[in-house]
Amino acid sequence: MSEAVIQPMEGSRWNRGRVGMACLIFGESMFFSIFVVAYLFYVGKSDHGPQPAQVLEFPYLATACLLSSSITAGYAVRSLGRFEYLRSILSLALTILLGASFIAFTGIEWYGLIYEHGLTLGTNLFGTTFYSLVGFHAAHVIIGLLMLSLIWVLLLLKHVKAEHAERFELVTWYWHFVDAVWIVVFTVVYIIGV
Amino acid sequence: MAASEGLSALNVDETQSRSWLDHMHDWVTTVDHKKLGILYIGSGLLFFVLGGLEASLMRAQLAVPANDLIDPKEFNRLFTMHGTTMVFLVGMPIVTGFGNYLIPLLIGARDMAFPRLNAWGFWMFFFGGLVLYLSYFASMGLYGAGTAPDVGWFAYSPLTGRAFSRGNATDYWILGILLSGFGSMSGAINMVTTSITMRCPGMTMRRLPLFVWMMLVVSFLMLLALPVLTAAQVMLLFDRFLGAHFFDTQAGGDAVLWQHFFWFFGHPEVYILIIPGFAYASEIIPVFSRKVIFGYVTMVAASISIGLVALGVWAHHMFTVGMGRGLNIWFALITMVVGIPTGIKIFNWIATMYGGKIRFKVPMLFSIAFIGQFLIAGLTGIMLSGAPFDWQLSDSYFVVAHFHYVLIGGLLFTVFGACYFWFPKMFGWMMSEVIGRWHFVLFFIGFHLTFTTMHIQGLLGMPRRIYTYEPDRGWAIWNAITSAGVALQGLGILCFFLAIFMAFKQKKPAGPDPWDAWTLEWTTSSPPPEYNFLTLPVVRSRRPLWDEKHPEDPDWKHE
Repeated sequence: MSEAVIQPMEGSRWNRGRVGMACLIFGESMFFSIFVVAYLFYVGKSDHGPQPAQVLEFPYLATACLLSSSITAGYAVRSLGRFEYLRSILSLALTILLGASFIAFTGIEWYGLIYEHGLTLGTNLFGTTFYSLVGFHAAHVIIGLLMLSLIWVLLLLKHVKAEHAERFELVTWYWHFVDAVWIVVFTVVYIIGV
Repeated sequence: MAASEGLSALNVDETQSRSWLDHMHDWVTTVDHKKLGILYIGSGLLFFVLGGLEASLMRAQLAVPANDLIDPKEFNRLFTMHGTTMVFLVGMPIVTGFGNYLIPLLIGARDMAFPRLNAWGFWMFFFGGLVLYLSYFASMGLYGAGTAPDVGWFAYSPLTGRAFSRGNATDYWILGILLSGFGSMSGAINMVTTSITMRCPGMTMRRLPLFVWMMLVVSFLMLLALPVLTAAQVMLLFDRFLGAHFFDTQAGGDAVLWQHFFWFFGHPEVYILIIPGFAYASEIIPVFSRKVIFGYVTMVAASISIGLVALGVWAHHMFTVGMGRGLNIWFALITMVVGIPTGIKIFNWIATMYGGKIRFKVPMLFSIAFIGQFLIAGLTGIMLSGAPFDWQLSDSYFVVAHFHYVLIGGLLFTVFGACYFWFPKMFGWMMSEVIGRWHFVLFFIGFHLTFTTMHIQGLLGMPRRIYTYEPDRGWAIWNAITSAGVALQGLGILCFFLAIFMAFKQKKPAGPDPWDAWTLEWTTSSPPPEYNFLTLPVVRSRRPLWDEKHPEDPDWKHE
């Protein structure tokens, strides 16, 4: 190299917020993959108690809610970046509503499993792996909902403005990640596992 | 430069008029990467003393056959606490601490990417460590239940189940490591983000100091491996408190699954601890050989490939559980492959020294010893990678000797080298060369007395983790030598702390660049001002300070 090239790092596509969030998501996905591995490892190894095929129903509505909430979340970010505050507030509200309904559907499913089928964390290996995997996912959905709700309130109070669109986007990265984890979870639990 | 020194002098005047409590407040609330780095290293050294005392007690017990200094239950606690402490509370914080202190300085940044997260990570680690040690005082209660955890540092199931580990000692192990794991995770996120996004103008990835490259690989491995341990520990907590059956063999759970999870974390963890050793050696050896590092690009490539290969070797810790022929062959083969990139590194360090004007200062002495000892550690590692050989020697003192060669002969020697090398930068005072040499000689001899002989006990069939042995086994003389070495190592460590103490007492000023080095941290005053660089440096080669010192023949003309 005859003449040294000097490039400024500022304004790069990979700013610290994005890299930091990507790292967090990478670590979180490792955490989930261990629970997925445990689930797959123990499929069909429960020697007593309810089996997945007997008690699980494919969660069409919950899945539809969660997957579509990613679209509305993305729309909310885009609207905020374009100064369309009302659209952003409405689509974020819809996102939170869809996410909350996912949690509600999970609650209904668990209620049925616990009270009708007597399946708990301690019943058998299926119960152990099912509740921990689906439960950790649901816990992440709740964390995501809390963050989105906080942003929603701040949007209403006009503390979050168009210049914060990128930070809002980072939170939705987390939301999309939770969504992607659900795709893996329902593939493993409701398709491969039954 | 003059301006920044003037400013730091102002700071000194200001600090002298403040009370002791103000200083404490500064350290507790700090978000400065340099102070946090020192806190990490300092608390790592504190736990190092605790872990070392535990090891010394065990060696005192084993010095003579049929000894009854320590009862078997207490011995179990000692080796568990020793292993856990040394890996999680000594290795991890010291590695993170040097990374914290040096990465921003090396890449020309004013702080880490997320300073507050950085502080949070340190305190999570520190209180995690305290939780582990709290077990000594707090986990009594159930009759017959122990105080400190006694399940070994890898806590094999089903020993960790409720039925076999009564009381709460094992829970302290789980929670303490879980908390400190969150701290290390945030540290890793910070180090990756800082190295990628905070580089000063001109600091391209091809000019990144090897230290930063290697810490990037380490951080990647942390992000990959620590959540695995966290997940497995959460499963264990569920088993112990909520009646889950992950590792409960009575309900169809699989104890070997814990081993797979643990070692899928545990083997990358070994590289998380040793690659920083490579990082320190790669900065120290060129400076004291007065040459640029040999094979910069191959060093980076070797580090990355070690990081990748590290993911596929975990079950070589498990040859004796009976995995079957196919898996045994796979894990033996991949383990041997690790020898290629590490071999490349060793050749590169030797080639860096070859033909150089070597200055045998204390950091260099530790680094040279590291090369030889790490080579031996690698060779015994390749021996153990052969599954039949491992069947014979697994869980023997040969394995203990092997991994202490890696972690002491490899990591700890370079950590000492790094302490002597960067102490002048951190505090502004030189450490005594004479005491440092005493430290090196005593520790070097003590290390080899202890761990070279340990190979022989292992070959003679002495299993690890036994609390005593009969006189007629033929192990007595070797154990006596091993324990004698510990005394010399202890004297060496005393010299180390004496050198630190004397440095603060004698106050021999270091100046900004005591070693005539070439990387950016040496362009700042010692210790660097809080903002590191008054104006952000602009880098045109891998040795920016060389370019500044030698404008007639700068590096960027040749790179």
